This record gives sequence, C-alpha cells and structure tokens, in this order.
Amino acid sequence: MKYKQGNYLILSKKTLAKEIYDLTILCPEVAEVAKAGQFVNVKAEGFMLRRPISICSIDKEKGTLRIIFEVRGEGTKVMSQLSEGEMIDIVAPLGGRAFKLDQYETAVIIGGGIGNPPMLEVAKKFGEKGTVISGFRNAAAVILQEDFSATGAETILCTDDGSAGKKGFVTDALKEVLQTKKPDVIYACGPNVMLRRIVEIAKQNDIPCQVSLEERMGCGVGACLVCACRTIRNGEEYYAHVCKDGPVFNAEEVIFDD
Amino acid sequence: MTDKLSVKFAGVDFKNPLIPASGAFGYGREFEHFYPLSTLGGISVKGTTGAKRNGNLPPRIAETPSGMLNSVGLQNPGIDHFIKIELPNLKTKDTVIVANIAGSTADEYREIAEKLDKTDVDMIEVNISCPNVKAGGAAFGVTCEGASQITKIVRAATSKPVMMKLSPNVTNIAEIAKAVEAEGADAVSLINTLLGMRIDIKTRRPILHNNVGGLSGPAVFPVAVRMVWQVANAVKIPVCGMGGISTWQDAVEMMMAGASTFQIGAALFADPMTPVKIIEGLEKYVQDNKLNNLQEIVGTVKPW
Repeated sequence: MKYKQGNYLILSKKTLAKEIYDLTILCPEVAEVAKAGQFVNVKAEGFMLRRPISICSIDKEKGTLRIIFEVRGEGTKVMSQLSEGEMIDIVAPLGGRAFKLDQYETAVIIGGGIGNPPMLEVAKKFGEKGTVISGFRNAAAVILQEDFSATGAETILCTDDGSAGKKGFVTDALKEVLQTKKPDVIYACGPNVMLRRIVEIAKQNDIPCQVSLEERMGCGVGACLVCACRTIRNGEEYYAHVCKDGPVFNAEEVIFDD
Repeated sequence: MTDKLSVKFAGVDFKNPLIPASGAFGYGREFEHFYPLSTLGGISVKGTTGAKRNGNLPPRIAETPSGMLNSVGLQNPGIDHFIKIELPNLKTKDTVIVANIAGSTADEYREIAEKLDKTDVDMIEVNISCPNVKAGGAAFGVTCEGASQITKIVRAATSKPVMMKLSPNVTNIAEIAKAVEAEGADAVSLINTLLGMRIDIKTRRPILHNNVGGLSGPAVFPVAVRMVWQVANAVKIPVCGMGGISTWQDAVEMMMAGASTFQIGAALFADPMTPVKIIEGLEKYVQDNKLNNLQEIVGTVKPW
C-alpha cells in the first residue's frame, strides 16, 4: 500500500443536514486500494494542518470515494466551500488498520453522529447479515439512513430526544438487539463515551468488537506521533497512534479515560 | 539532480542541504511512500532517549495562526531499538543519517552518545532544547553552563560529528552557540520550537494536555531567520537553520542568513511533498542565478 498526495476532482457535493457535507471524489488510484475504516487527510486552504475525514464509501469500479464531514471549525468551514467540479487536495488512503471484516458473517454496526459515515462501507460488506444502529442528537442531524437500508441491513435509528426513530442511545438499542441475537462481531464509531459503553456491552456478551477512534492529528501518516491514544500492548500501557496503529482498534486494546 | 546543491557540513558530505527535522519524520518509513529517501540531503531521526518513552497524554497538537503547537514529549522506543532496528534500515537509504538524542540527565546523554559512537550513524544532533519534557531537555539548553556541560560530555563520548540543537527560549542565543562551540561542537542547529500555549475559551482548558508546547511552522520563521543570522555571526562552526521553512524561497532566505544546511518540520504535515518541491526549486534557483554551488549564497545577507 502506498500513500498518495494529489488533487482530485469533486464529482458531486451534497448537503445532508445542517453543516454536514457529502463529497464524491474521483480518485481511482486511491479507491482501488482503500479499505473500510481508512481516512483521507484533506487540505483546508489557508490552514497549516490537514483535516482527517473518514472514508464513507468506496466504489472501485467508478474509481470514487465518498467522504462526509461536519463543519466543526474554521478549517472544515473552508472545506465546505469547495464545489462540484473543483479539485480537493488529499493524502490517502491513510490508516494502518482498517476494519477487519473477512472472518465474520454477522455483525452489529453502530455509528454515533458523525461517526456514522465510516460504517456504511462496513454495512455494505455484511448486507442482510448486518444490523445497523445509528444514533443522532435529533431528527435534523439524521444522515445516511437510506444508504444503510440499501445495503440490505436491518436499520435501527435512535435520537437523543426521540424526534426521529427510537428515543434513547445506541447502547440501549444494542442491548435490545443482543436479547434476540448474538452477532459474530460489533463495529462502532462515535464519541468516546459511546464507544466505551459499547465496549463494555460487547465484553459482557463475549462478542469481539472493533472501534474506530479519533484524535487531533498532525502528519496523518504516523511520523509526528501527536495523535496518541492509550492502549495496552504486550501487557504494558502504550500510547498508540490513531493514524498509523488505527484508526480501528480491537476493543480490548483501548484504555478509555474516565 | 546536479551536485550544485551538495555541501560538506561538519565534515559530512550531503548531496543537498535539506534535512527533515527530528520529530517530524519518524525514522523515514512513512514518507518513503511518497518519494525515495535518497532524495533528501539527510534525515534527522526522531529524538532518541536512553530508555523507551511513552510521551505525554493527548491532545498533543493544537493549530495556531500559520503554525502549530506540539507536546509529544519525546515518545520513542529507546536507543537500543534505534540502533538495532531503525538504523540498519536507514543506512540502506543513501542519505545522511543524523541521530537526534535527548536525555533527562547528563549521564543519559553520555550513555546514548557512547552507544552511537560504535555505530555507523553519520552525525549526532544533541537536543538540549525540547520544551515538552519535565526533566533535562530544555533545562540544559537555556543556560551557557548547561549547554557547555552537555556538549563537553557528548564530545568526550564520541568522535562522530556533534551538532548541538539550540533553544530559542533564551535571552541571547548567540552566547549559547559560542559556549557549545568552545566545548568542541562541530555544528549548531536552530531553532527548536518556541514555548507556547492555547486555551479553549469554552472549557477554560489548555488545548494541549501538557498545558504548554512547542510552536513551529511559518509563524516562527522570522524568529528563526533572526536567530540563525545572530548565531552565524557569532560562531565559526556551521549552522543548520530551521523553523518554519516551507518553500524554496524560505530555504534561500535561511541560507542567506547564514545556514549552510536547513531542516523542514511542520511543513511536512501541510504537504508531505514539501522536500521534493524545495529541492526542485533550489535546483532551478542555482541555474537561474548561474551559481556553481548553492553554498555561494550562505551568509550573503547585506545588513543595513
């Protein structure tokens, strides 16, 4: 696998929800090798550091990548001003560890908020053998439900305030699902507090679990060592790096802060 | 590629003056995806301590206007791992390997330097200026006495060329440079990062878990140029300039200030291809200005 830096054409741009943008980028050389769970590091014009954005969907035939991001600050705001037909400067595909999918048949796939996009490519792999649980603040923030349904997966939508789908957290929905079936694996991406509870539930039910983490990044390739996260490696605490050692980690490796 | 960019620096032959800076380039493995490491004049590897270190808690990075703060805290696998695993790999890459070392005590610097002396590393860069560790590090680099002490110890421990990496967080950097020159340093490199801080005004928490960190990137470039100029005028040993260089024009400016080699750090994060672009720019600059060698511009600033 080789990282590539290049300027690629934005084929389409959509607004999915308030301040949430969806770009489809033509980059066959990246699409060819990209895997579920990897990310791209996007240049925001005028800013020092790139913005790491997870890959939502990969179309190897069309040579396209889809990325979805939320405006969180000035850098992502500049990115949101890119238009269809313009070029986007990315370094990709990054992430030393993608989701491990091959050895499993059935899965529960969980996304919280802007942690939902990377789960689409995972859901595509499992189709009808997957159950997707998506959580959002409220109805206005809901994204990707049609895409998840199109994979064939059973979909469960939760919102914190009950304005769409079930009222409650994804962890409540997960517990409910586990009462009737035991999947081979659980995949999750979202806020750390959510991941921590999912990891606990997975452990209680003796189900392997993989989580995709987030941390402020510098180089994105594993050289600068700023995106540290606490893990256990060979029985010792080790500050792994989200960009290179992850962004996907096995649940039992991660030390979640209190 | 011409040899018009070549330079003999502290007795070591570099094919060009560009060196990725310690801490920004790991051991080169990640950037090899983008270009062969033989493109580079040299590599200053991730700062290596005696024992492995986990570094500071995250967040370790904060963006700033035209720059960034970092507080990695010298996370590294330790000198023995470096010598056994990383150095043999790096030595196959046809570029100068500069081992960057740091210690919490004078003895730790000595031990590391003694171990490196028995290897085929090309040069030792001594970090007496890391702002992100509690013991040692910058503490040695901010006084003439401390800088002299570490230079003397490392000098006695190795016959490799020794380059002392200086802290900008001092009143008079030229005095520190003179002190390390007097103890036998073969070169100086500067500047390490400037100590800085950002606060999240919503949470009232510093963005960095370490509270403070080192500022780098274009924001520090004018400070670096000024300090390189002051140091180059104060010492006879050669100067490796760094701090915010991101274009070939910046590199030319740094060399005119008195640097005969230069390092690239934060610019690698904005664009991993920066070294390739700078080297191409310098080759064209040499041609356009009909220079026999780029070194002709070193220290040629004409002060008012």
